[in-house]
Amino acid sequence: MSLFIKKAIHDIRQNRFLNAVTVITIALSVLIVSAFMLFLINTTEIMNSWKNGIRIMAYLKQGTPAADIPGLKKKILTMYGTQEVLFISKSEALNLLKDQMQRQASLIDNLKENPLPDAFEIRMIPASQNWEKVEALAADIESLPQVVEVEYGQQWLGRFTNILNLFKLASYALGALFFLAAVFFVANTIRLVLYSRREEIEIMRLVGATNRFIKIPFYIEGIIQGGLGGMVGLAVLFVFFMLASSKVGQDFSAGYFTIRFLPPDILIFVIIGSMFIGWLGCYLSLKQFLKV
Amino acid sequence: MIEEQEKSAIIRLFHVYRHYGSKNALIDITLDVFKNEFLFISGHSGAGKTTLLKLMYLGESVSDGQIIIDGMNLSRISRNRIPYLRRNFGIVFQDYKLIPTKTVFENVALVLEAAGVKRRQIQKKVRSVLRTVGMEQRQKSLPPSLSGGEQQRVAVARAVVGDPKIILADEPTGSLDSDAADFIFDLLKRFHTRGATVVIATHDRELIKKAGDRVVHLTSGRLETPSNI
Repeated sequence: MSLFIKKAIHDIRQNRFLNAVTVITIALSVLIVSAFMLFLINTTEIMNSWKNGIRIMAYLKQGTPAADIPGLKKKILTMYGTQEVLFISKSEALNLLKDQMQRQASLIDNLKENPLPDAFEIRMIPASQNWEKVEALAADIESLPQVVEVEYGQQWLGRFTNILNLFKLASYALGALFFLAAVFFVANTIRLVLYSRREEIEIMRLVGATNRFIKIPFYIEGIIQGGLGGMVGLAVLFVFFMLASSKVGQDFSAGYFTIRFLPPDILIFVIIGSMFIGWLGCYLSLKQFLKV
Repeated sequence: MIEEQEKSAIIRLFHVYRHYGSKNALIDITLDVFKNEFLFISGHSGAGKTTLLKLMYLGESVSDGQIIIDGMNLSRISRNRIPYLRRNFGIVFQDYKLIPTKTVFENVALVLEAAGVKRRQIQKKVRSVLRTVGMEQRQKSLPPSLSGGEQQRVAVARAVVGDPKIILADEPTGSLDSDAADFIFDLLKRFHTRGATVVIATHDRELIKKAGDRVVHLTSGRLETPSNI
């Protein structure tokens, strides 16, 4: 095996230009695909942190009898996606408001009557926090006769989730496209290498070399190219990430979440994936070339 | 001379034809080459000498007929057995066919590497063969830096390093001056005396006369009656 590895490294050195082109091609593909992955992972995390804050407020009609409250609470709790239901009485709501208003609390003190309604605060099971389910639950609650209004704020989150899902789909398609493009480029550069070395390969066959003996150094070459391309692509992405994250981190995250680079398991996956691309490109070219 | 050799044939051709489209390159060739024989295939350019050698090492396939090499019927050999068949041969080409980016040593070692010989043995064997052909001092040189005669010596070294049963040489002296040609011929003779069967395709009449071995003559793809010179 060490002979094959030596041969592969020797071949890479001898065809520096073509090998550099292949590595750059793989690196660019990896860079683009991992940039999408990075964006998706971070936006998903941001969305999750926002989603965790999703709560539905159900305001009750003025004069709803206190005796109806436990029954109502029970009813809401049985609805799909509900995790917890908290009753906030109008007086509790007023106290909360006072706390929030601090200096202006005296304004509230001057009120003759508490204008706030009784309400339920409904928290959802994290697993069912997709936007359609939030909307469905809100509609169910709103259909209760005692409920006058339902508020689940952050409606933009719904739109944003839809856009994100669309973006996810687009990135899967783009990922597949870049994968194919990278394989195609590797296959073509390997074909060029093979073509430039066709005489050498012919001589090897004439002196009794098996196809396996000829192929293995090329496979190793492809795997090395893929690995290098993957590492270069990720390194470039990391540099961009460091430059961007310091700026975005300060302006945007404000402590709600931290922007993270790709986790180690994804990094390993990307490098192994790019090695696979290198190997597959070689495999396809060699299969065609050695048939002749 | 044949009487002195073992009578068993190592290469047997039965009614072999080779045509490219409508052009017939070889027509009805029947020939036995005996073990440890030194055989010349003579003929003008385009007579079919190179094609005949190619058919022997499966560089090309016959259009019709059969070839048997050391008991192996080439028409029945599977694709993945071809490399093993070729290890029976040492082939010397007129244009040397050395890999220009590999050193003299690496070019010769390639045959043994392909056969899976251990590295230490490769070192020993290649050095010994390079010494025999007088190229030990140039083992680190690249082929383009060598003269034609030197390149052909390396090609002969590569052909014999695997101790092949058969050496096929296609115009081995064709592009060499007479001194270099004599040296190459002497080398081939030396490996013949060590037990190899040697088949040389050449149009060099002087060389054939000097050798005094069996000659078969090809004319327009047809074999004339084998004769001794």
